[in-house]
Amino acid sequence: MDVIDPPPPAPQPPAPSPLGRLRLALWALVLIAAFGGGALYFASRQKPPGAADAYASAYGGSFAMTNQAGRTVTDKSLHGRPYAIFFGFTRCPDVCPTTLNRMAQLRKKLGADGDKFDIVFVSVDPEHDKREDIGRYVELFGTPIIGLTGTDAQIERIVKAFRIYYAKVPIEGGDYTIDHTASIFLIDREGSFVTTIDHQEGDDVAAEKLKRAITQA
Amino acid sequence: MNYPLMAIALAATAITPLAAQNARQGNIAIENPWSRQTAPGQGNGAGFMTIVNRGKAADRLLGGTSLAAARVEVHSMTMDGGVMRMRPVTGGLPIPAGGGVALKPGGYHIMLIGLKQPLAPGAQVPVTLRFENAGAIAVRLKVQPIGATGAEASHGRH
Repeated sequence: MDVIDPPPPAPQPPAPSPLGRLRLALWALVLIAAFGGGALYFASRQKPPGAADAYASAYGGSFAMTNQAGRTVTDKSLHGRPYAIFFGFTRCPDVCPTTLNRMAQLRKKLGADGDKFDIVFVSVDPEHDKREDIGRYVELFGTPIIGLTGTDAQIERIVKAFRIYYAKVPIEGGDYTIDHTASIFLIDREGSFVTTIDHQEGDDVAAEKLKRAITQA
Repeated sequence: MNYPLMAIALAATAITPLAAQNARQGNIAIENPWSRQTAPGQGNGAGFMTIVNRGKAADRLLGGTSLAAARVEVHSMTMDGGVMRMRPVTGGLPIPAGGGVALKPGGYHIMLIGLKQPLAPGAQVPVTLRFENAGAIAVRLKVQPIGATGAEASHGRH
């Protein structure tokens, strides 16, 4: 459906005044909008039960991971507070520390609102990053960060939920690096996806998005 | 209290440690080499600096060695459709004649692979860089807090 296209001209023997034409066009728009809204409403009513999450939010879903203290963290246990979630690995030399530090700085920038959201770091390197490694790593940023790891299957699940791309790339000497999505995903307190923060975006834009995630729902 | 004098003294302390980090050999000058703090167990670190070539011939940064790490490599980092990719630079990093290359967060960096101990803020990491023409140049990477984005003590992005 395309509401931008003008409606086809109605055949009217006496040429209508410009005002009449406008009125007709507006009525046509009203009809289209009403029909479109109704169609959307029915589409949302009739979606299969299993597809609820896919319709409700582009990113996110159910997951269960282990935090740096060894406790289980799930999408449900994170409910009640908005969070900013980011995927990486502790041996990542550049984008990961830069991003986590950015989140710490944004938290400061938001002042009182800074305490109203959680920062979550998910390691996609279970081979190297044990929960102790993640704990020591996130501690360096001087602000509370929930560090998560899990079994291969648990990581596969959360990665799929957030549509994260990651790939282990061997480098010389038997070592490896990991290519990975570097966006920050903002989730509101009910667990719904709000938006992403891109690494190129300015801090003012990022702060506004965080505020939106905090106030939403 | 003599404020102007104090200001000069403060400025001097702020500049001297950085100036002392610079190294030069032949036509290649290394400015503000620095590194980021790492956590115990993190294993790898990154080195950043500006490499200036004042000569009439291009040079190449081939790699290096360090007592602090098992291996030193030159890596690139690119963002490709929101995906971060890091790769070793093969064949050396060209340093154009009469120009320079900035190794900085979000781009090229020196990768310190297999750190023997975590890098603590304030520490200096000895690295010997190897250039095709200029040969070996010894530098000391000044370790900045993990949130640093540049050689100077950073207060984060503003």
